[in-house]
Amino acid sequence: MTDLAAPRAAAPAARRRRPLLRFVLRRLAAAIATLFVVSILIFVGTEVLPGDAASAVLGRTASPEQLAEMRAAMGLDRPAHERYLDWLGGLLTGDLGNSAAGYAAGGESPIWDEIRPKIVNSFILAAITALLMVPLALVLGILAAMRAGRPLDHAISVSSLAIISLPEFIIGSLLILVFFSWLDVLPPVSLIPPGTSPLAEPKALVLPVLTLLGASLAASIRMVRAGMVETLNAEYVTMARLNGLAERVVVGRYALRNALAPSVQVFAQNIQYLVGGIVVTEYLFNYPGLGKELVDAVAIRDVRAVQVVALLIAAFYILINIVADLLVVLLVPKLRTQA
Amino acid sequence: MNAARLRFVRTPTGLVGSLLLAAVVAVALLGPLFAPYAPDEPVGVPFSGPAEGTPFGTDFLGRDVLSRVLWGGRSVLALAGLATLLAYAGGIAIGLAAGYSRSLLDPVLMRAADVMLSFPALLFLLVLVTGAGTSKAVLVIGVALVQMPLIARIVRAATLEQSVRGFVEAAVARGERTSAILRREILPNIAGPIAADVGLRFTYAIILVASVNFLGLGLQPPAADWALIISENRSGLTLNPYVILVPAALISLLTISVNLVGDAIARSLGISTARRRLVR
Amino acid sequence: MTAPLLRVERLRVELGSGEPIVEDVSLELRAGEVLGLVGESGSGKTTTALALLGFARRGVEITAGSVEVAGEPLTGRGESAVRALRGRIVSYVAQDPGLALNPALRVEALVGDLVKAHGKARDGGVITRALASVHLPADRPFVRRYPHQLSGGQQQRVAIAAALVCEPRLVVLDEPTTGLDVVTQARILEEIDRLRRERGVAVVYVSHDLAVVGSLADRIAVMYAGRVVEEGPAAALLARPRHPYTRGLLGSVPDPGQPRRLESIPGVAVGVGERPEGCAFAPRCLQRTDERALREMPPLEDVGGGHRVRCFEWALTPRLTLQEPAVPPGLEPKGPLLVVEGLRAEHGGRHDLVVAVQDVSFAVVTGECLAIVGESGSGKTTLARCIVGLHSPAAGRVVLDGAALAPRAARRSREERRRVQIVFQNPNDSLNPRHRVGDAIARPARVLRDLSARDAAAETARLLERVRLPARIAERYPGELSGGERQRVAIARALAARPDLVVCDEVTSALDVSVQAAVLELLAELRAELRLALLFITHDLGVVASIGDRVLVVEDGVVCDDGPVPALLQTPEHEYTRRLVEAAPRLPRVTELA
Repeated sequence: MTDLAAPRAAAPAARRRRPLLRFVLRRLAAAIATLFVVSILIFVGTEVLPGDAASAVLGRTASPEQLAEMRAAMGLDRPAHERYLDWLGGLLTGDLGNSAAGYAAGGESPIWDEIRPKIVNSFILAAITALLMVPLALVLGILAAMRAGRPLDHAISVSSLAIISLPEFIIGSLLILVFFSWLDVLPPVSLIPPGTSPLAEPKALVLPVLTLLGASLAASIRMVRAGMVETLNAEYVTMARLNGLAERVVVGRYALRNALAPSVQVFAQNIQYLVGGIVVTEYLFNYPGLGKELVDAVAIRDVRAVQVVALLIAAFYILINIVADLLVVLLVPKLRTQA
Repeated sequence: MNAARLRFVRTPTGLVGSLLLAAVVAVALLGPLFAPYAPDEPVGVPFSGPAEGTPFGTDFLGRDVLSRVLWGGRSVLALAGLATLLAYAGGIAIGLAAGYSRSLLDPVLMRAADVMLSFPALLFLLVLVTGAGTSKAVLVIGVALVQMPLIARIVRAATLEQSVRGFVEAAVARGERTSAILRREILPNIAGPIAADVGLRFTYAIILVASVNFLGLGLQPPAADWALIISENRSGLTLNPYVILVPAALISLLTISVNLVGDAIARSLGISTARRRLVR
Repeated sequence: MTAPLLRVERLRVELGSGEPIVEDVSLELRAGEVLGLVGESGSGKTTTALALLGFARRGVEITAGSVEVAGEPLTGRGESAVRALRGRIVSYVAQDPGLALNPALRVEALVGDLVKAHGKARDGGVITRALASVHLPADRPFVRRYPHQLSGGQQQRVAIAAALVCEPRLVVLDEPTTGLDVVTQARILEEIDRLRRERGVAVVYVSHDLAVVGSLADRIAVMYAGRVVEEGPAAALLARPRHPYTRGLLGSVPDPGQPRRLESIPGVAVGVGERPEGCAFAPRCLQRTDERALREMPPLEDVGGGHRVRCFEWALTPRLTLQEPAVPPGLEPKGPLLVVEGLRAEHGGRHDLVVAVQDVSFAVVTGECLAIVGESGSGKTTLARCIVGLHSPAAGRVVLDGAALAPRAARRSREERRRVQIVFQNPNDSLNPRHRVGDAIARPARVLRDLSARDAAAETARLLERVRLPARIAERYPGELSGGERQRVAIARALAARPDLVVCDEVTSALDVSVQAAVLELLAELRAELRLALLFITHDLGVVASIGDRVLVVEDGVVCDDGPVPALLQTPEHEYTRRLVEAAPRLPRVTELA
């Protein structure tokens, strides 16, 4: 005998598996659309706004004829939408164009060759940081939440509030001051010979990782703590205690489980943050990664290189978002069954 | 409401934050009045240590570090402050419109905001600099554009929450104009969530401006700017650490105090900021 | 005489600051008995209920007294010892199952966790039996559901099954049927009754609803301001209440079977920090003969037959006599004021279209009170919103005095907007927290009647008097007022427009029963004085009985029955109406009409 107002019966098994797939496909489609719009934004930002790329490359002393020649070589004399479609077509077929640095040096230098090793380097840096950040943030954040209001929590909360306020270059500079100037145990710049992997020179990685870890870890801890505190105050946790469940079951099975989903979002946000912070960190430590490449390219107005690197970074950013959304849907039963 | 605004000063974080903030802002705004030398005047051997007349030594061009530091705070405060104001002006307008309208305006505005948010902020600024060159205007507009979607999101969520409340519906049933409803009924009730966020937004604006200056893509030498000073003097770290330490300490104090004050304000309004993205 | 299963002695629960929430509470209960713990908001009944499990929320502490269940003490012991007793000897069912069930666990885990926690053998049969005992299926698809896939009634039954699975001796239910529709509520009450008969479980049923408690309890304890003010056998207490508060409470309870005028209790209940030295009810008490009760706390006195009262003047408490409902003013033979023709209203977009109102037509005459009754989801609120122009109907129209009204309020003329006003359900929401009460009331007068600021202020003062609120309340902000006061302000605001018709959308549903009676009384008076037509929307048949002239019964967006109130409630003909009337809990009426 069921209630008057019973919900619709659960969908047959066959359809149940497909909602998840449909969700993934929908998100991918949305991501591609977003990437499209982002590419237009990048293009507009770099090429259509006032500020001539050719003169930026050649400098102010270039003559009008040299400028015209450079413009033709860079393809700047064609209308905007043509250039965009050309560029887009090139990207999709694997031709990423040539860097202006190459033009300035008098030849053609494919961008892809230049940035390929740097992508790997940046990825190593980001991955190591992320691998350290997640467990540390979980442990410290949950600890702080469970000891909410007590000295340990205050210490963690205040110090993390202070650290997240600091820009990466400050954290990095202070770390260099301590570990190089004062203690002289670590190098101030990442002296990695071109062609070798940073993993072969671990000392060069320590400070950049610590710098990146600084603010992202502090932000993660605060968010994990907040999520856990909210969960611990939820009515069903109180009910579990009222039902006589042991405290460790209450914390483990009732609180933690439900705090996981928001934590995933936290880590996604902070890994995205890493992507942004990596730029400054690599520049500070002269680390041969994508971030430094980007800054160098912007400094000389190497429009092609900036466009490619920016698009790559944006794509990675969006990808993390999708993965995070997917994990959240998997972890939260309500979303999973209603997809 | 006025009492609530000042209540935060009584909390430990609020008190410490306010004092620190006042101190740093004083240094930044009034510094130039006390600088012994002009900021671009070489006075000694580059990277010499503290000495008579130059308590913090000299920088890579032999200029007095103290003077440069005293001159170097205005830029960051002014640029970040202006950018934050612009961001709020735009963000509140967009958020109110999106949150209150039941038409297509809402999804359209929010999609646009989503696209902006799927772009790392620093990246956006760098792209803008590539296209439009290094200038103060680019910095201010860029930072404002980056913050606007976040503010719009918060304002929209708060507006949505208020727009279904009884007193708003009562006003609609009375036939009041939309502008009157937004102004009288909704705006006063979303001041809370907005105020709770101000600290984070301003901190972030400062961090962005400082970071871009540090990368050498914002203000250009010989401008005196705390972040730029750090950037251009990195090579002399061992010779005269003060040239890095002093501006670094000041930037840190500025951002930490703004964040502390913002957090104290939010807490006095009963809103937790831990979950908000400081996002890069 | 068997030893009591539950023994509470002089329980005291305090806030961190030392203020008592519950004081000097002593209770006793035997196996198989049901104790109804009755009180309104602020009475301390939920705090007491939690204390029966030795539990206090954060910031609250049990500081004195003892609680003993089946010989085991639950107070004055370490947390882990008490934790082991909860669920096994005594268990709890919370008010809102949607919040109380872990959203990440399936039904089988929700019940199974308790079995595991108390070391019982986890054979498949235990969970099946527990679910069967609350008439829930135990097949695999069902037990693998998550809470959000269950209806409200099913959720609450799962909570009850979990509470019973380890066969505790005492079960504490805290307003378990709030938020459930009347029919589901009736079913759940049946289950509880059956379970206690079959298993000999003792039950403490906490509620503000005397009618529900009256139909279920063997003994009743009434709480006011943290103390028990009266307790005794249910029948005796309800037939002849001795404490003026209990009597007032009974007089406020609407009875769906018998239209009558409600009596309200004057004054306002005191908050936790404002309790006076003596009897907390004394400031509002009409039976007070001297100042003694204000200074001294009356002790619990025996009235006879296990019936005890905390009052100095209990002997003076008159019998409760029910009054005939006020005779409605003679209706003018003019045409109808408001006519709704073939109204159809929808929610949602193309993919998730919900038809809230399917095809509704009715008319309201000047000065009449038309009640619209239905369960939640029946479309009655959407109907109200269409009438005042907050929702555009998909078809049909609303006609005021012969002229069709534009669907949206913004497009209606000022006169049209003025003549139809609405009062909302939630008193916390209907007033802008940033505007003073006086400004809120004056606004319609200024916008819809073009009064100057001075005239509007004078009108505000007049209206405040009319709704029996002190004039100085105009300077206050809504946050400083109680729920009942805010609702009166909302009514005053509606009246400021000098309307002909006021739509009341569940205006008393969020109020305590005694406050509800006061507001209904006020509305009845205003209606008579001002010749107001009222469109009164509610889910409570008792309220319909006390205020309505005619009633429409709405089910799933369609009017399925209508007629004069007394006839429809006493001899319902339509099947749905009959179900509603039968399911509505009513007090055993031993009192006659005066």
